Amino acid sequence: MRARSKHQRLVLVLLAMAALIGAVLLAMWGLADRAAYFRTPQDVAAGRAEVGVPLRLGGMVQQGSIRKEADGVTVAFVVTDGPATVPVRFTGIVPDLFKENSGVVAEGRLGADGTFVADNILAKHDERYMPPQLGNQAAEMATRETVER
Amino acid sequence: MIAEAGLAALWLAAALAVLQLGVAIAGDRLGDLRRIVVPVAVAQGLLTLFAFAMLIWLFLITDLSVQLVAANSHSDKPWIYRFSGTWGNHEGSMLLWVTVLAAAGAALAIFERRLPAKAMQATLGAQAALAIGFFGFLLIASNPFARLNPAPLQGQGLNPLLQDPGLAFHPPTLYLGYVGLSVAFSLAVGALITRDVGPALARAMRPWVLGAWVLLTIGIVAGSYWAYYELGWGGWWFWDPVENASLMPWLAATALLHSVNVLAARGGLRAWTIMLAVVAFSMSMIGTFLVRSGILTSVHSFAVDPERGSFILMLLLVYIGGALGLFAMRIGSVREGAQFDPVSREGALVANNLILTVILGTVFVGTLYPLFVEAVSGEKMSVGPPYFNAVTGPLTLILALLLFIGPLLRWRRDSRPNLRRIAAPVMATVLTFALSFAVWPAMSALARLGFAVAAGLAIASFLPLAGRNLRRTPLTIWGMVISHLGIAVAIAGAASDAALTKETLVAAAPGEVHRVGPWQIRFNGVDPVAGPNWTAVEGHLVATRGDRAVRLDPQSRFFSDPPTETNEAAILTTWDGQLYTVIGHQEGNRWQLRLWWKPIVTFIWLGGGLIALGGLLALIGRLFREGRRRRGATEAQEAFA
Repeated sequence: MRARSKHQRLVLVLLAMAALIGAVLLAMWGLADRAAYFRTPQDVAAGRAEVGVPLRLGGMVQQGSIRKEADGVTVAFVVTDGPATVPVRFTGIVPDLFKENSGVVAEGRLGADGTFVADNILAKHDERYMPPQLGNQAAEMATRETVER
Repeated sequence: MIAEAGLAALWLAAALAVLQLGVAIAGDRLGDLRRIVVPVAVAQGLLTLFAFAMLIWLFLITDLSVQLVAANSHSDKPWIYRFSGTWGNHEGSMLLWVTVLAAAGAALAIFERRLPAKAMQATLGAQAALAIGFFGFLLIASNPFARLNPAPLQGQGLNPLLQDPGLAFHPPTLYLGYVGLSVAFSLAVGALITRDVGPALARAMRPWVLGAWVLLTIGIVAGSYWAYYELGWGGWWFWDPVENASLMPWLAATALLHSVNVLAARGGLRAWTIMLAVVAFSMSMIGTFLVRSGILTSVHSFAVDPERGSFILMLLLVYIGGALGLFAMRIGSVREGAQFDPVSREGALVANNLILTVILGTVFVGTLYPLFVEAVSGEKMSVGPPYFNAVTGPLTLILALLLFIGPLLRWRRDSRPNLRRIAAPVMATVLTFALSFAVWPAMSALARLGFAVAAGLAIASFLPLAGRNLRRTPLTIWGMVISHLGIAVAIAGAASDAALTKETLVAAAPGEVHRVGPWQIRFNGVDPVAGPNWTAVEGHLVATRGDRAVRLDPQSRFFSDPPTETNEAAILTTWDGQLYTVIGHQEGNRWQLRLWWKPIVTFIWLGGGLIALGGLLALIGRLFREGRRRRGATEAQEAFA
């Protein structure tokens, strides 16, 4: 009985280890093609964005670039981070704070023609709800502008 | 003076926590004096409650000389939002957190009578150790009572998304659940210190785990519905890091509440249960860290402050590391639990625990992966629904399948389980699966399986009642049945939302009619409307199905303090689903309309409610039985005397 007792605890420990290792392996498998990388227009220009995989594109909405299409629910605009730009298309209701010269994160995929097709648009809500990625980027752009000046 | 009184109460409570820990460590050397640990815990709880009440008062009267009030409130707000705005910010929500922690310690000291005195001391010591760290965090890095000089003339207002009655209930409920798990943690640590891990500990721990779990369930379900109607995105779970932060302790607590039963009833799974108790509250603390440090993007992260982040991280390392270290040192000396066969109730519960652990692990990895990747390679990324749905969906269905047979197995050993008993649910599953191809030819495999498993589980959940006298069936069994039924209901709702939702997105001119699912929606134009602290554009829709016509008036609201716009969806609930309508922006003479028909989507929250109700029934059943046994024991003693 004593030997069997040790045996059962060992089995449970091994099962728990297997569950944890299984969880990590499963997570790694799932993350391999389902995690969306954050990319800037410069990254896209440098070829650091694969076509057809989920991505988040972040930057500023370029001045004068917002165009509404005839159906009334599709919008095309250009995301810029200074040197580079990427055209974006989105069908849906844009967030209330989606404006020109304002920060934006588009979730979606890059098309073969170089247009980014967004499923979702996140705009800067207020300084208390700002994606940190965008926060850094806005700060960088601000610094750059100051330096250029 | 109100703010100073609150601050003084907090400092005093912190000092009492230090005293409580000191007494617990000194223990027997203090002789009878050691008993003061109980009143000290109670006083600490009361003082913290007092401090919290003072902060609520400051918010109610909008005392703008207090920095927190000035930054997060506004005297024009309706009183309910001034009240709930108390915890709609970083400092206030941390004070709520600490209040629940101290109050849980006080409740433990008052109500827990089963534990031996030594274990009780060690447990209250552990609770005090937790409290000290978080008092420190509050007083040093997040003082809610800090003054502002000179006081501004008006406050900056509350984030409009938070100006909803949901804020009054969702955070407090969630926190009660989150931090209620601290009691299980302290009991586990106390048991490790006294080397006394047995059924008595499990019976003491069980109601706390059950209570915290019920509140956590309600908090998560309410939060899900809140996000669903308030954000206007039509979704009910976004796999936002903050949602995950509440889901992870829930998963661990769900596993714990099953394993603690094995320990209480059979004396088995000792080390396992202790480990889960440590993990469950650790997940609560990790969740707090993720949310409050601001390292993750979310509507819940109020402010980004590296000092606070590293403070909480340090607390995490000390508490989790300490508990795990203690576990590693002491667990060898904990006696092996009672034996059981692989095919037995215990075996099924172990399987339940393992699957829940795997789900927890994958959610954990998915939530922290972006942080890890950014730290290692500087790459920024996000992990969202595609990952979480693909990984947790199938695991949840496997878990649900296990529920067909698990509750029917005998304790200890069931060499020949009667598989005919689950013939009906298995048939229902297979039939639903086959029929689904005829009814819905194009549907994702996961949704199809979801419907099939839900149909089977809806029947299987009642099987533990078969052959019982229903009037004499204990409440705990009813609780289990109802919770498991709730899982089936919720899975059906989630599958329906994923697979059967119909969506129409148009720009409509007044007078136009558009179709979504079985509904014809006529757009009758818009009107301006105004509320206490907002103005809005209100769309007028008339939805018809058959000869039923209903008016729906979704709004696009504009708040001035702080300037923000929100969408107020208009939702029509019918017996078979919800019609969800949102109005967007103006395009010439047209308005954007987003219309969803979501069949049986309400089952998601109905199921969640049933899960919580089941837990509540089980808790009442346990407490009732406990009370009766205690009365019985007293009577027996009196009769003997």
